[in-house]
Amino acid sequence: MILLYSEGKSVFTFALPALLIRAWTCRNFSVNNNDAKHFLSRKVKSYVSPTSTYTTETKFKNKKQSYWKSVVGLEIHAQITSTSKLFSQAGTEFGVPVNANVSFFDAAIPGTLPMLNRRCVEAGVLTALALSCRVNPVSFFDRKHYFYSDLPAGYQITQHRVPLAQEGVLEFHVFTPGSHHKPYSKKSCIKQLQLEQDSGKSLHDEEACRSLVDLNRAGIPLMELVFEPDLEDGEEAAALVKELMLILQRLGTCSCKMEEGALRVDANVSVHHEGEPLGVRTEVKNIGSVRAVGHAIQYEIHRQVKVLEAGGVIINETRAWDADSKQTVPMRDKEEKQDYRYMPEPNLPPLRVLLNDQPAVPNTYRDHINVQCLRRKLPELPSETRAKLTNKYGISPESAAILVNENVLLQHFYDIMEEKKSRDPKLSTNILIMELLTILNKKKLSLEASPFPSHTLGEIVDLLQSEKINLVTARKILQEIISGNSMSPSEVVEKYEWTQITNPSEIEKVCTAVIEQNPKLVEQFCSGKTKVFNSLVGKAAKITENRANMATVVQVLTAKLRKIQNP
Amino acid sequence: MLSLSVRQISRKLQDGVIVPSDVCTACLYQAEKLKKLNIFVRLTKEVAEHQAKESDVRYTNGNVRSLLDGIPVAVKDNYCTRNIETTCSSRMLESFKPPYNATVVQKLQDAGAVLLGKCNMDEFAMGSGTVDSIHGPTKNIWQSGEKYTLLRNVGERATSVEQVQGCNSTHGSKMVYQELHHLSSHSNKEGSSSPSEEGDWFIAGGSSGGSAVAVASGAVFAALGSDTGGSTRNPAAYCGVVGLKPSYGLLSRHGLIPLVNSMDVPGILTRTVDDAATLLNILAGHDLLDSTTVQDSFIPLDLSQDIDISRIRIGIPKEYNCPGMSDEVMETWSGVADILERAGAEVVQVSMPHTPSSIACYSVLNQCEVASNMARYDGIEFGLRTAENRSTEELYASTRSQGFNETVRGRILAGNYFLLQRNYPHYFLQALKVRRLIAQDFTHAWSSGIDVLLTPTTLTDAPRYSQFISRDNREQCASQDYCTQPANMAGCPAVTLPIKLSKQGLPLSLQLMGQSYREDVLLAVAKWIETAVDFPRLQLET
Repeated sequence: MILLYSEGKSVFTFALPALLIRAWTCRNFSVNNNDAKHFLSRKVKSYVSPTSTYTTETKFKNKKQSYWKSVVGLEIHAQITSTSKLFSQAGTEFGVPVNANVSFFDAAIPGTLPMLNRRCVEAGVLTALALSCRVNPVSFFDRKHYFYSDLPAGYQITQHRVPLAQEGVLEFHVFTPGSHHKPYSKKSCIKQLQLEQDSGKSLHDEEACRSLVDLNRAGIPLMELVFEPDLEDGEEAAALVKELMLILQRLGTCSCKMEEGALRVDANVSVHHEGEPLGVRTEVKNIGSVRAVGHAIQYEIHRQVKVLEAGGVIINETRAWDADSKQTVPMRDKEEKQDYRYMPEPNLPPLRVLLNDQPAVPNTYRDHINVQCLRRKLPELPSETRAKLTNKYGISPESAAILVNENVLLQHFYDIMEEKKSRDPKLSTNILIMELLTILNKKKLSLEASPFPSHTLGEIVDLLQSEKINLVTARKILQEIISGNSMSPSEVVEKYEWTQITNPSEIEKVCTAVIEQNPKLVEQFCSGKTKVFNSLVGKAAKITENRANMATVVQVLTAKLRKIQNP
Repeated sequence: MLSLSVRQISRKLQDGVIVPSDVCTACLYQAEKLKKLNIFVRLTKEVAEHQAKESDVRYTNGNVRSLLDGIPVAVKDNYCTRNIETTCSSRMLESFKPPYNATVVQKLQDAGAVLLGKCNMDEFAMGSGTVDSIHGPTKNIWQSGEKYTLLRNVGERATSVEQVQGCNSTHGSKMVYQELHHLSSHSNKEGSSSPSEEGDWFIAGGSSGGSAVAVASGAVFAALGSDTGGSTRNPAAYCGVVGLKPSYGLLSRHGLIPLVNSMDVPGILTRTVDDAATLLNILAGHDLLDSTTVQDSFIPLDLSQDIDISRIRIGIPKEYNCPGMSDEVMETWSGVADILERAGAEVVQVSMPHTPSSIACYSVLNQCEVASNMARYDGIEFGLRTAENRSTEELYASTRSQGFNETVRGRILAGNYFLLQRNYPHYFLQALKVRRLIAQDFTHAWSSGIDVLLTPTTLTDAPRYSQFISRDNREQCASQDYCTQPANMAGCPAVTLPIKLSKQGLPLSLQLMGQSYREDVLLAVAKWIETAVDFPRLQLET
């Protein structure tokens, strides 16, 4: 039996002892410069090898590459969203002062013991279910030993023998405009999902010849997801990571903020000739964003091909992605192959979860996590949302993907459709993913900082749908509001008299005027230069200050020109 | 007064015959007087005096917390005590002041006990003699050269203890003593042992030797040891006190600096079985901070009713008769078996065939966990840090080679070897399988209707220091732990209690082992034997 402690019900509050803080401030960890390179720190100082000078661009053009097959497998560490650590009651907030979130256990003070955080197990099970994993009724914790200054106990508690869950699958769409001809669906199998604790952070001050240790991260709960090497390139990997992020964010089990280290992607990359055994793989670490996932892997594939084609060999090593120089560089701290001397963690009983609703013996399993109960709590997953958008609203799969990728857009969409059922879903989607994103981009604003509430956007959809305004006016309204006008879209239209001209007789007049005022263009058109038609349409727009219903203008103008051509 | 049991002194406190501060002062005096025995690593005089004064007030106001309120106790130096050095007798932790109290220490404090000091031990509890300590070895009180009187309970009809001790109180215990022997190094009536010489004395046993001598000598009324392979029972046996190793999971290990997590249990050292039960009742129970403690609520033991010994089935495991066992120990063992049988108990021989494999198995498991548990001592967060600054690896190496003694380093080396990926299946995994077989020996015994197993605790009476150090730590542990460590492998409770004196005038003790969480049966039988054998109590001459 294992008793899981529940968050919030803090039975003991550990205050960080002054002793500990003083220990770290007055016993700054002094090492010389040569030593610093042995440290694994999250920010890896780039080590530029003289041979690795080519860039990603040139590699893309390497024609011989098609001759090779590349294999990519991902290992992803996702920080579980929780208020306290995996085995202690210390907090997990990001950005707090150094060593502020450290319990005695996190600092490996002798005599302290781990207590498993119930919330973390639940998050792990929920994630496992969302990824169609088989949840193990009993899993175990193990100690993985290695000496490192930011690993206070000298071992990490992880799940080595039997992880929390195994054998899942993640399906995702690879949709990268430009490089692949059309979007396609891909699956990657998940070997296992395990719970483990994070290590602390070493900071190296090379000038002062010392290293400092911050244990705020030590003991932070992580889910490690190990994927099978099912992927072929960086784009697939980036697409997988993006889809995983959507799922985890939807579940609320991980913030997926890569910039905070809440999601870390390591890629195992190898290349081989078709029909031959897999090549020697390298591990690429320190990938800081979804885009970097694609770039780093793509770079590494090309690097390996280049080395092999030059008659070289690939060595099994860990490399770090350097975002500045856009290349992978060897991480010199992991040169030696370590024997982690795994051992069962004797202070944590086996972790049992209840797979079926009904326990065989009532009350025996009162503390156990009920998997069926969690299954019922699973929210709608991104793939289900996309299917719903295409099936229920008739939105294209590409648009559905964009809406689901941006939770704010999706929420706007739902709000707009909810407010008035008669609104055209496709028109609404276009306003969101074309017009809204464009204007925010121009102003360099994030979606979260958007000044447009859903009802404003909905009103613009209404104005468009009722043909009261055209698209150009819609853009002008957005511009007006983003510049600080607090009026509603209808009020803006009214104030500036931007109502669309739809009256056919009025448009007749406009077209007649355009033809009269531009005899040269008309002449060119009649002599077969039909391209100038657009210029004539533009003149009509200009005369009406973009208020004319352009479809009608095109219609009327075409008729009139035809008459001139064939009197 | 200092040779009384917890029950007896508690009665005196409740009756107002004495106050906690006086008891504390007497104990501190006794501890100072016995300095050369090297019982304590540190006397916590100020803490003790403060706690005793607080207890004085509670007795005055009538809000006494427990039977232990105001009673001086000591704890082994591997229990974390807030702001009080906890060294584990290692250079590594020489200046380590834990920022928290171990759960059992906190429970003692909450019960009103007075913490007199921290007791000497083998470094990180690795040893069976309390000789491998940076603080130097602890000496046994028996035949130490200290003058003492032996008192024996002769029944309720004789004169009261108060009269014997020249105390006027008419209240109090009806337990009665009379002078039995007058043994000291200079007037040894048995004459079989030469007086203790400088550098050659009887060892206390270990690794909780300090705690055992503290209880035996009257410096405290009870003490905490720890028991991984016999570390509480071995010194208890050599020092003639009761040593209880409770079931694994009954007492919290939070704050006990670990040796082997899967076998460590806090041990209880007292002068009587009743006192062991008193402490157990105070210390047992689930602890959120130790996930391996059982959640079932603990039902306090009540030993006030005499058991019907004729309903008890006692197993004598033949494999515990091993090479190296002295004739005296054998006689003691069969003698007690005879007493039980005569009293109507069913005494049967049983076989626990995997016992001889236990030591080898234990040594593999012990060293693997040691290698792992000791990994945190790297000089970064706490403990010793050498001045080495060429590199982190050099700092680790120099800190760990200076901080640990040879025994500790040897076990770390061996443990890491056993845990290497290529060796793991052949050593660690194999040892786990053997451990299961050993545990099954016990379950077979219980399922055949055995209530308790009776065995020797140690193979002989306390060895002399010179004789003990003639073999290295590893060899010593292999023979010293022979009878005790199977109980740790199985997790079942075991208690050692003194039976009689050897020809050298040293205690001879036997061990009882019971079913897990059946401390009630175990201690009831122990109490019956205790009464039957009437082991003399040692009282130092003032």
